[in-house]
Amino acid sequence: MTPSCLAIRGLGVETTRHGAAVRLVDDVSLEVRAGETLALVGASGCGKSLTCAASLDAAPPGVRRTAGSIAIDGVEQAPADIRGRLVATILQNPRSAFNPVRTMRQHAMEGPAARGVPASGRAQRIRVAMADAGLEDADRILALHPFEMSGGMLQRMMIALALASGAPFLFADEPTTDLDLIVQRDILDLLLRLTREQGLGVLLVTHDMGVVAALADRVAVMDAGRIVETGAVMDIFHRPAHPVTRGLRDAHLSLYRDRSAA
Amino acid sequence: MSLLAARQLSRVYRSGVTGRDRRTVLDQVTLDMSPGECVALLGRSGCGKSTLARLLAGLEQPDAGEVRFGGRPLPTFGKADWRAFRRAVQLVFQDPVGAVNPRETVAQIIAEPLRHLRGLTGPAAMEQIQGLLRAVDLPADAAGRLPQQLSGGQLQRVCIARALAAQPQLLILDEAVSNLDLHLQIQMLDLFARLKADRGVSYLFITHDLRLAERFCDRVLVMDDGRIVEETRVGGAFALTSREGRALQNAVLPAMPPRRAMAG
Repeated sequence: MTPSCLAIRGLGVETTRHGAAVRLVDDVSLEVRAGETLALVGASGCGKSLTCAASLDAAPPGVRRTAGSIAIDGVEQAPADIRGRLVATILQNPRSAFNPVRTMRQHAMEGPAARGVPASGRAQRIRVAMADAGLEDADRILALHPFEMSGGMLQRMMIALALASGAPFLFADEPTTDLDLIVQRDILDLLLRLTREQGLGVLLVTHDMGVVAALADRVAVMDAGRIVETGAVMDIFHRPAHPVTRGLRDAHLSLYRDRSAA
Repeated sequence: MSLLAARQLSRVYRSGVTGRDRRTVLDQVTLDMSPGECVALLGRSGCGKSTLARLLAGLEQPDAGEVRFGGRPLPTFGKADWRAFRRAVQLVFQDPVGAVNPRETVAQIIAEPLRHLRGLTGPAAMEQIQGLLRAVDLPADAAGRLPQQLSGGQLQRVCIARALAAQPQLLILDEAVSNLDLHLQIQMLDLFARLKADRGVSYLFITHDLRLAERFCDRVLVMDDGRIVEETRVGGAFALTSREGRALQNAVLPAMPPRRAMAG
């Protein structure tokens, strides 16, 4: 059965500065449900990316998870066991996420091989995933190296690799930040379609309330390592309760003040 | 009189072993920037915006056409002219990590234009550095830090401070604020607006974000495939009419979430 809910509970992350422990993420709990997008928003440096990474035990060196657990449908799991299997991750700047001297085909075969998918099924699986990610002409693209592809194509490829893993949940960390506006719109539409049609559960990390408005069903607002407010997207935009949420919304809307905001 | 002008600029990039593969990235682009004017150059990635920026800043030579500063073509410049030009026209790139020396502290990075272009050193330079850090909302103790000890957004503001250190007449911003948090974007725009009002600084805003153009610019140019395909004056909201302009406008993210069916 497809899992329906991923829960991060009481996550705490620390680092050491000048010999003293500094808390970067403090008691963060989130719930990502199948078929919807939870946006994790906040200023840069507030700990959103770290929350994603640390919950899967993929935090950068020098940073350690001190508390918290991750559970799928109420059953606690070892982060290393679900990473890449039940949770796929896509990142900002797809160019740096690919090995520059390997083709897309080599990238596409690596994951399934590591997961023990029989060789016969791998090619078909990546083809289907690429079509779902809006990459036509899979044969041509699989032969390309990263430098032969645009940023938008690479991000679609990263999404295709995530889909090919069959993971029911996707952590998307600023997936459109480095892309131009037109490509961004396409990628956001793609993610929206995948949640609706394939029931993907997405944790979307972003600092852009426009991206939140376009994609999110629910929103968690983070400030200085803590979640200060969680709510439905309509409530966050129309009835923000916390000053930090209001600040984010008002700054966002000020960009639209000259246009007849919908 | 125009401050900086491009006349029929073309640029071809050659690739392949013998340079057989030719790609025209700029095709006869003509552009005038007046003192105190703020122009947005819009277009999707790969349309030639950044190449145009590099040509305008004199970092690269065109294959045809010329760039004029104060009415004079760049290739006729002597050493003193280049120095005056470098001081007058500053460029901020999109990628701050690649734009700074990783072994220099923030203070050293900002001190460079102060020393070379304005002849300031010692306490006079330090005072300027502190003022510039304040202007871009960085703490005073950032001066002693190395690039790797700063976030991307902080480092981008160091690059903006470095550009402002030269007291330029024209600032070319190549996607230089689009990666910042929104409140910082707005803060930077307010700072630019203040400099524009106080010192008549001009701006060429290279961006794919129409919202910034709308908020800040007097004139919008739309680029597509190496050519300028549309030019529009801006007074608040505006409608673009070219195919590319409409595509850009349609891609603007919504201000508020649309009423759509919830999941499940």
